[in-house]
Amino acid sequence: MRITCPLCGARDRREFHYMGDAVYLDRPDPVAPAVAWDDYLHLRDNPAGETRDLWFHEAGCGAWLVVTRNTVSHDVLSVALADGIRGGAG
Amino acid sequence: MRYSGFRLFSEGMTGNRGWRPVWRDPEPKPEYDVIIIGGGGHGLATAYYLAREHGLRNVAVLEKGYLGGGNVGRNTTIVRANYFLPGNSEFYSHSLKLWEGLAQELNFNVMHSQRGLINLFHSDGQRDAFARRGNAMINQGDDAILLDREGVREILPYLDFDNARFPIHGGLYHPRGGTARHDAVAWGYARGADARGVDLVQNCEVTGIDISNGRVTGVQTTRGAIRARKVGIVVAGRSGQVAAMAGMRLPIESHILQAFVTEGLKPVIDHVVSFGMGHFYISQSDKGGLVFGGDLDFHASYAQRGNLPMAEHVMEAGMALMPMIGKARVLRSWGGIMDMTPDGSPIIDRTAIEGLHVNCGWCYGGFKAVPGSGFSFAHLLATGRHHAPAARFRLDRFARGDLIDEEGTGSQHNLH
Ligand SMILES: Cc1cc2nc3c(=O)[nH]c(=O)nc-3n(C[C@H](O)[C@H](O)[C@H](O)COP(=O)(O)OP(=O)(O)OC[C@H]3O[C@@H](n4cnc5c(N)ncnc54)[C@H](O)[C@@H]3O)c2cc1C
Ligand SMILES: [Zn+2]
Repeated sequence: MRITCPLCGARDRREFHYMGDAVYLDRPDPVAPAVAWDDYLHLRDNPAGETRDLWFHEAGCGAWLVVTRNTVSHDVLSVALADGIRGGAG
Repeated sequence: MRYSGFRLFSEGMTGNRGWRPVWRDPEPKPEYDVIIIGGGGHGLATAYYLAREHGLRNVAVLEKGYLGGGNVGRNTTIVRANYFLPGNSEFYSHSLKLWEGLAQELNFNVMHSQRGLINLFHSDGQRDAFARRGNAMINQGDDAILLDREGVREILPYLDFDNARFPIHGGLYHPRGGTARHDAVAWGYARGADARGVDLVQNCEVTGIDISNGRVTGVQTTRGAIRARKVGIVVAGRSGQVAAMAGMRLPIESHILQAFVTEGLKPVIDHVVSFGMGHFYISQSDKGGLVFGGDLDFHASYAQRGNLPMAEHVMEAGMALMPMIGKARVLRSWGGIMDMTPDGSPIIDRTAIEGLHVNCGWCYGGFKAVPGSGFSFAHLLATGRHHAPAARFRLDRFARGDLIDEEGTGSQHNLH
């Protein structure tokens, strides 16, 4: 698997650290009710197919990226800088 | 048909003409008392104990492929009870006790081999953590022995003890740990369930879950609709997708775990050896193949095949730990879809939909759990009450913040 970092270009998957679903960008308010935090931290759509997740270009530029990819074929469909993006539905 | 030495001998003398298929291939009936979705280890064990412990025989196991074609037939077969946290400790202890009588009980050789498991440590801090874990195991009534470096050298002389980064300081030895034959466990439970009247329906994919007024009424399948007032979802890596049919979201992300096997060799590795710091573990199968694996590929996936970076990493860790392994040739590698929870511990519970139950989240440790999980899930389905050893595996523990984080790695699905 190769991921094309918008800043560094196409790089080997080994340069990147995977964090999880892009819902991690939608951090609830600290005083949000427990259900909101449960949803954010634990519950997942977990699709077999297209998904958006959060990767860190650890051995490159150090940017956080939102990667749209297919969990069945491992195709990487698009990559964007996470800066300024909201997670979940967006 | 009972298996015995005598039976084997007499069949051998008469041209093996008396063997018959050991389970039926029934058409699904229009209605059952209980439907189990998923014919893996956990689903088959659940059906077996429903019939055997609770006398429920009007039960179906619906499997989309063939019995035992999922993770139960893809895993590296390690069976152990070396857990630390309350919740896990009593559950895996119970499961190991069931393993110890399983071949006799099922009249099927599951090849449970208690060859001993050694978890290596490489620092004083790790030694303390393992001593504490060992004490927890002993308090649970299981067995643990803390070995120093020379103690490990005595039983595993072939390791590289002076690795520059992870010199071996000792190991936690769990003599009752070991391996079993993965397929045999699925087949043994399948045969036992079928003999008690359970319908094992293969090539039957569940495509929908029927719910009316907050209560489950049955399932839609590729072989038609089937009614039942109790349904158990036991589909491992596919848990999220099947739960979605009931409008549920689970605390699960599916990931791939790879495993590798070499050509058959003469006996060389007599135990299960786990090198946690290198993300590597190994045992030798009864056929002689070295069976080994490592960690997840780390990103969500349903591909059921691994990526090369993790394959390379596992080989490197193996070479670092036991350089002799470099002479063995790898025959095959494969991957399975793991149902990862955010605390690394499983779920055996009812859901908000009456009659609908889930058994999932086994991450990469669900093979050893097969007997205990089947036993406890059958208890819940039949009696409506949680079985004591599995009573903490609740679905709502995440919302309550009452996580069972055995490895202490935090609430991220891929870190367990
Ligand atoms: C490489 C690897 C190594 C492992 N090593 C170990 C180990 O050493 N020790 C250990 O304890 N555990 C290990 N595990 C984990 C263990 O294999 C799993 O946790 C366990 O097998 C999962 O439960 P199961 O047997 O019921 O799953 P499965 O065998 O996967 O059963 C689930 C079944 O559900 C069926 N299904 C899915 N969707 C549907 C549907 N819609 N309708 C009908 N049927 C459906 C599937 O076809 C499948 O047969 C390992 C796993 C892997 C992949
Ligand atoms: Zn970059």
